[in-house]
Amino acid sequence: MSALRILVPVKRVIDYAVKPRVNKAQTGVETAGVKHSMNPFDDLSVEESVRIREKKRAPGGVEDICAFSAGPSKAQEILRTALAMGADRAVHVEIKDGEELEPLTVAKLLKKSVEEQKSNLVILGKQSIDDDAGQTGQMLAGLLNWPQATQASKIEFGADDAVTVTKEIDGGVETVKAKLPMIITTDLRLNTPRYATLPNIMKAKKKKLDKKTLEDFGLTNEKRLKVLKVTEPPVRQGGGKVEDVDGLIGKLKELGAL
Amino acid sequence: MACSVNSRYWPLSRWLTSSYKTTCRAIAIRASHRPFSSTSHNSLMETTGFTETQLTVRQAVSEVCSNFPNTYWREHDQNEQDPKEFHAALARGGWLGIALPENLGGSGLGISEATMMMQTVAESGAGMAGAQSIHANVYATQPLAKFETDEQLRETIPGIISGKWRTCFGVTEPNAGLDTLRLSTMAKREGDEYVISGQKIWTTCGQVASKMILLARTTPYEEAQRPSEGLSLFCIDLDRTQPSLSMRKIKKMGGRAVDANEVFFDNYRTPANTLIGKEGQGFKIVLHGMNAERCLLAGEALGLGYAALTRAASYARERIVFQRPIGMNQGVAHPLADAYMHLEAAKLATYHAARLYDASKTDSSITQKAIGVAANSAKYLAAEAAFVACERAVLAHGGMGYAAEYDVERWFRECLVPRLAPVSREMILNYVGEKALGLPKSY
Repeated sequence: MSALRILVPVKRVIDYAVKPRVNKAQTGVETAGVKHSMNPFDDLSVEESVRIREKKRAPGGVEDICAFSAGPSKAQEILRTALAMGADRAVHVEIKDGEELEPLTVAKLLKKSVEEQKSNLVILGKQSIDDDAGQTGQMLAGLLNWPQATQASKIEFGADDAVTVTKEIDGGVETVKAKLPMIITTDLRLNTPRYATLPNIMKAKKKKLDKKTLEDFGLTNEKRLKVLKVTEPPVRQGGGKVEDVDGLIGKLKELGAL
Repeated sequence: MACSVNSRYWPLSRWLTSSYKTTCRAIAIRASHRPFSSTSHNSLMETTGFTETQLTVRQAVSEVCSNFPNTYWREHDQNEQDPKEFHAALARGGWLGIALPENLGGSGLGISEATMMMQTVAESGAGMAGAQSIHANVYATQPLAKFETDEQLRETIPGIISGKWRTCFGVTEPNAGLDTLRLSTMAKREGDEYVISGQKIWTTCGQVASKMILLARTTPYEEAQRPSEGLSLFCIDLDRTQPSLSMRKIKKMGGRAVDANEVFFDNYRTPANTLIGKEGQGFKIVLHGMNAERCLLAGEALGLGYAALTRAASYARERIVFQRPIGMNQGVAHPLADAYMHLEAAKLATYHAARLYDASKTDSSITQKAIGVAANSAKYLAAEAAFVACERAVLAHGGMGYAAEYDVERWFRECLVPRLAPVSREMILNYVGEKALGLPKSY
């Protein structure tokens, strides 16, 4: 089996615990002074890559784990987190603060990186919790013409470059098998990401972090979509209270539900 | 524990577009291991001006601490139960070696970062109990790293960093108090051993520690050339099964999760190679770490103060009386605003002292006096600011502040510790009067 060269794309997003607010201009959510972290699904991707190496799950071994992020200069913080968790090196593509990349642009960028890094496995989050597009992995598989397994809850390696992936689907799980090279997107049940230990945080500072730009990959930030307006969801209307079961049935009938 | 942290995951679910049920199940599985931090973005402390490393430490430590919610500390306080899981979690993450050299398995960071770590621990809700459960392991190992022989280092430090051994610090005695040079516990050399007799008091974690860093007299007070040269430092095994060693837990006001003890030695034997540095140099060696400890204590006090104030401010925003939040009343808001300013000022003093301490290793223009004054001032100011914040947090809660469930009473009980230890307010005032103002010594 070929040695794995894993590419792990990670994204800096507003921390999952922060309640986002729409900005005054209604062009997006307020990001200034808001806590950011690694997209939780990407956290799983990093963890899984490191575990594949540590538990020696791939017969050919793991040759390289490269974390990759496109974002403002602060995206380097989450790359350092990935390095502290066990990635070998990192690539940062700097995007001006406030500029967003659409999934297709990200997929094109990742395709170029895969070629440059000679990656044979890309593990990425099934979606990022900021725009919830959930498209990048699939688009990347299309551009590369590689097999893809989305929403993985289990990844197993066999002989002859075979990879078996258990996928989370509505109502159960689905098991698929493909050969390297391939794309896997991660779901919440795949693993429990670790805390970076202090010694590893310190070691991560010394690991290699390459800085690049979109132009280095021959790309521009081409937009196909235009955001017209972003608004808060309507405030939830409180429900009504009924006295008893008969009252409930009456109400349901009134609403035409029964 | 696992259940209470689950709620922290709710905000995530609102983002998820996929099957809601699947997500919630997965979240429940995951949360028992690794909830994300909820401390840092709630904290009131202004964090601009800190170094990237300090902020990294703050973030990473608060993640570990978020596994130990207030319910954990409340229970351990009420049951006087040692927080051994907490100590183990920090040891697993390599945190106990934060300020120890890299060649010994530490991370080689300074007191500036260790102070931030201790503040973050206290601020997480763990309070002084959490801080004290690891304090000696972080701080009392400093003199070891500096003065032990290579062989001693290999034997002691890795075990302490990994959490295999816990340490306690045996300096204070019932009949010596702050007059350390008068301490009377004797260590008499007999062949390859020292025989220890005497009594220590306020030994934190004595019941759970397997090592004690002990300051004892090797030359009688009257016979010593100078008063500072009759004491020696040891790193001894604490074998509680020996009849020559006994301990008694002291019932105390706060920090009840962590034991404090009276320790009695009656011809307790320890191999001669447990002596650290040279015989007679013990006091000097201990002095070496004192300013560092002042900084750590100041950080712990700050953490406690910010925890209490954060809680009080959120209560004052949410508690409605007379149809409006009580924080709208200036009688409630102003004392809290005042406490905030005192904490912020003490924070600057604390990290200034820590910075001086660290910088003095490479910058010879920084005098020991400057560090001493800065570190003592920081401890004093932070302890007072924490006391003010904790007391007002209780008062802002009204009657509820008296209920254990609101945690502020626990922090209030604990905030007396940094005012009293490791040196009293009055001794700091003496020191500053003498060193900074050039006034004659009064004692």
